[in-house]
Amino acid sequence: MTAGILVEGVGKTFHPQEGRAGTPVRALEGIDMVLPEGAFVAVVGPSGCGKSTLLRMLAGLLPCEEGRIAVMGRAVEGPVTDIGVVFQKPVLLPWRDVLGNVMLQLELRGRDARAELPRAERLLAAVGLDGFASSYPHALSGGMQQRASIVRALVHDPPLLLMDEPFGALDALTREQLRIDLEQLWLESGKTVLFITHSIDEAVLLADEVLVMTPRPGRIERRVDVPIPRPRGLDGRSHPVFRTIVDEVTRIFLDKGVLHGTGERASLLGAQSGGKGS
Amino acid sequence: MRAMLRRHGGAIGAFLVLFLAWEVLVRLFGVAHYLLPPPSVVLADFARRWPRVLDSTWVTTFEILAGYLLAVVVSIPLAMAVAYSRWFERTVYPVVVFLQIVPKIAIAPLFIIWFGFGFTPKLLLVFLLSFFPIVVAAVAGFKSVDPEVLDLGRTTGAGPLRLFWRIRLPHALPEIFTGLKVGAALATTAAVVAEFVASNKGLGYLLLEYNGNLETGMVFAVIIVLSLVGLAVYYAVELIERLTIPWHVSQHGDATRPGTP
Ligand SMILES: Nc1ncnc2c1ncn2[C@@H]1O[C@H](COP(=O)(O)OP(=O)(O)OP(=O)(O)O)[C@@H](O)[C@H]1O
Ligand SMILES: [Mg+2]
Repeated sequence: MTAGILVEGVGKTFHPQEGRAGTPVRALEGIDMVLPEGAFVAVVGPSGCGKSTLLRMLAGLLPCEEGRIAVMGRAVEGPVTDIGVVFQKPVLLPWRDVLGNVMLQLELRGRDARAELPRAERLLAAVGLDGFASSYPHALSGGMQQRASIVRALVHDPPLLLMDEPFGALDALTREQLRIDLEQLWLESGKTVLFITHSIDEAVLLADEVLVMTPRPGRIERRVDVPIPRPRGLDGRSHPVFRTIVDEVTRIFLDKGVLHGTGERASLLGAQSGGKGS
Repeated sequence: MRAMLRRHGGAIGAFLVLFLAWEVLVRLFGVAHYLLPPPSVVLADFARRWPRVLDSTWVTTFEILAGYLLAVVVSIPLAMAVAYSRWFERTVYPVVVFLQIVPKIAIAPLFIIWFGFGFTPKLLLVFLLSFFPIVVAAVAGFKSVDPEVLDLGRTTGAGPLRLFWRIRLPHALPEIFTGLKVGAALATTAAVVAEFVASNKGLGYLLLEYNGNLETGMVFAVIIVLSLVGLAVYYAVELIERLTIPWHVSQHGDATRPGTP
């Protein structure tokens, strides 16, 4: 089995900057994970548990001083380039229109952007941004910006996708649509996907395997397999296993006391009572 | 032309009223013309003796442009060095910041001792005055890139040169232009001051000469020409800004850039 992502015993401590006051933050602790090539794995956890830190280490954007990370069969020592990353913020360049921002991915890679124009336009249409190709970021809503950044992460057709709460800024309807589209894209392309989210529902609906993270220090508390048949599309929720797994994940957060002091409180309680009702 | 009138009509009207009031008040109160000549006299004086003013205008304009361009050519690479090299930031930049405090105009007499009456001291003073605002703004511009945008760049494997042209430079341009405009405004002042200190041509020299002869009408004429030269330089830079970074001008520099909280 070739591994898309292999993580062994990875930890991360942020030390306060030289000459500044503050205590070190233990962001990650003993992270082990294996993503076989072509897997769809979701990481779900509350705010501040180290999800973005993990993603940045996988992309080689943060040095890994503890443990071992290999991506696409190669040890990560610097930035990993055969990936597409959707960052938590859209990070669009204000001086480029939507299409220009998408093309930046190709230009920075020294690829012929013009040759891949049709692909870029197809992807923009797929996320509902056709007609906005020549709009500038300041004229877009937050959700539209995030969709543009998703297209930018896909346009060079990378074998591995790292997505950090890509649907965070979207309304529920667009979110639902993009989730279905992402599943479709994954089924057709066989990419390896690591998908970070706050939403238990979203993680369970999308992934084959859900990694449940808990904070302080950020660790993977449990991995949960999701045997819901594909394509799940809109019907995923009605599969009997769906509620069971959502409840199981919710229970972990309850047991670990994640419920206080984070933004997850409302949705977790909602999920719990919904679970008891069914 | 009509569009220009519509945009600047108000300002033009205000100036006309101002000049009219000036004319009327001077005549009404019978102010001596060597104290304050009315605009009509200024205009008449200028119409009679404009060739000499024009010659001096070229001299001064050339000093402004040469000193300013030298400042641009030196300050932008220096700002890049400071922004991208720890060593430059720790050694050269503190010196630059300190020198910025020195009243540059006070150095002008020194330049005369070192370089005489010719073109060089003017060039240097213009350079010196426009140099600092450009460096400081450009350093800020080059350093303020959103680290997340650079992260994106790094995942593409792009080299430093490509990242510079596609991300760092465009990001820095709005702030660089802010510095360029401040520098342009100071360049005119610098050229006149340098000519005041020691010279035998240029608008600053002419100004002193007319002043000494109490030819107040010509003094006003020269001041107006000087203002026009300064205005032209400033608006030339602004025009280049509009052409170079239309995305920013259209946003009026509001906080839509990433990294500015
Ligand atoms: N550059 C940094 N310097 C210091 N501490 C950091 C840095 N980046 C992250 N941290 C700390 O590491 C912890 C995890 O942060 P991280 O951004 O990975 O959380 P997250 O799970 O992505 O949260 P969210 O869901 O809110 O995005 C936090 O406690 C944060 O304060
Ligand atoms: Mg995060």
